[in-house]
Amino acid sequence: MHFRVLPLIAALAAFSPPAFASDARSESKSQVEFGIRVAQSGLWKEATYRWEKAVELDPTYAAAWNNLAIGYEQEGRFEDAQKAYERAVSLDPKNLYIRQNYDLFKEINDRTKRRSNR
Amino acid sequence: MTARSAAAIVSLGLLCGAGACTNFYEIPIETPIQPKLDVSAFQRILVVGFITGGTEDVDANLETVRLLRSQLRSKSNLRVIEAEVLPLAEIAAGQGRSAGEITPVAHLPQQEGQQPAAQQPQDPPQQQDSPRIRTEKDLERYQSIFADVAFWKKIGEEYQNPLIVTGTVLFTPQQTSGFVTRNQEGWDNLGRRTTAPVRVWMERKGFILSPKFIFIDGRTGTTIHSETFREEILYEPRQNTPALSSYFDLMDRLVPSFLGSLSAQKIRGTRVLLR
Repeated sequence: MHFRVLPLIAALAAFSPPAFASDARSESKSQVEFGIRVAQSGLWKEATYRWEKAVELDPTYAAAWNNLAIGYEQEGRFEDAQKAYERAVSLDPKNLYIRQNYDLFKEINDRTKRRSNR
Repeated sequence: MTARSAAAIVSLGLLCGAGACTNFYEIPIETPIQPKLDVSAFQRILVVGFITGGTEDVDANLETVRLLRSQLRSKSNLRVIEAEVLPLAEIAAGQGRSAGEITPVAHLPQQEGQQPAAQQPQDPPQQQDSPRIRTEKDLERYQSIFADVAFWKKIGEEYQNPLIVTGTVLFTPQQTSGFVTRNQEGWDNLGRRTTAPVRVWMERKGFILSPKFIFIDGRTGTTIHSETFREEILYEPRQNTPALSSYFDLMDRLVPSFLGSLSAQKIRGTRVLLR
């Protein structure tokens, strides 16, 4: 009887990614929220660190990528910001906030590139 | 449970729900733009003068020097050298005539407490023929002065090796005609005021400003950076805008980019953080 149940438990354990994913998402979400709070106090380095953690924990979390892109932008890390925005847009292409942030960033980034090409 | 307490619970629930639904936060950001030039080797900057052309209604050389100096005084860490403006076009023309001879440092005005320049020119600049520069092509003839390392090095020595700003400024009038979309006011059947876009044929006048800023290392006389801009403005024919106002309108658009070459700038904006 026990021998029959064991493979079932093993199979359940193997095929239960939603449980892990939701853990990762909730941990990631708490990092994102903490990042927002510190960013609102002007502590952008700490905020960026938190959002980096958030995307490490859950690389499919579009909001975390969006916030991380903003953090990089504030630090003047344009290439990193570009990659993070691209990731956010690809994960949630219909999110208008992400698109609007990305458009505003692109405007500055393009201007900077034009300047350096002169 | 009474109806009143049920309503209170529902409204509390709605409030909590609304709080939980706040998934975005608008936040102000300042994006830093790094300067293109490393000017840490310089303590002083000399906006020496420009070869200018186009309309004669504005002394573009004098005005450009004045404007850039005042902007640099308030928005950069470099000490701005106050010196008289160099009539660069005449110097370049003189150089052309004397086939590469370096005479012009003598044109430089003396700073207080400095030794006079080595030689005085045979003809003061005012008495020389003012070169007529109307187009970009006319300007090209004078460009060689910017590559004259010995000339700029001598100016650098004269002013204790500053960063030298020079270049060309072409400020030309323009006139165009074509269809323009304008909002026309009217009244609807109910007596309300309305506006509708209409396309009208219009002749417009204005100016084109195309400066090229050249940054020269006063220690070596070599060009370290140059930047070209082009801005234009058009007015309706009934607007009688003086050339000098147009010049300042156009320069206002360029000055941030000019300053951005020398010092870090911050672009303020807002973004939306998400939960």
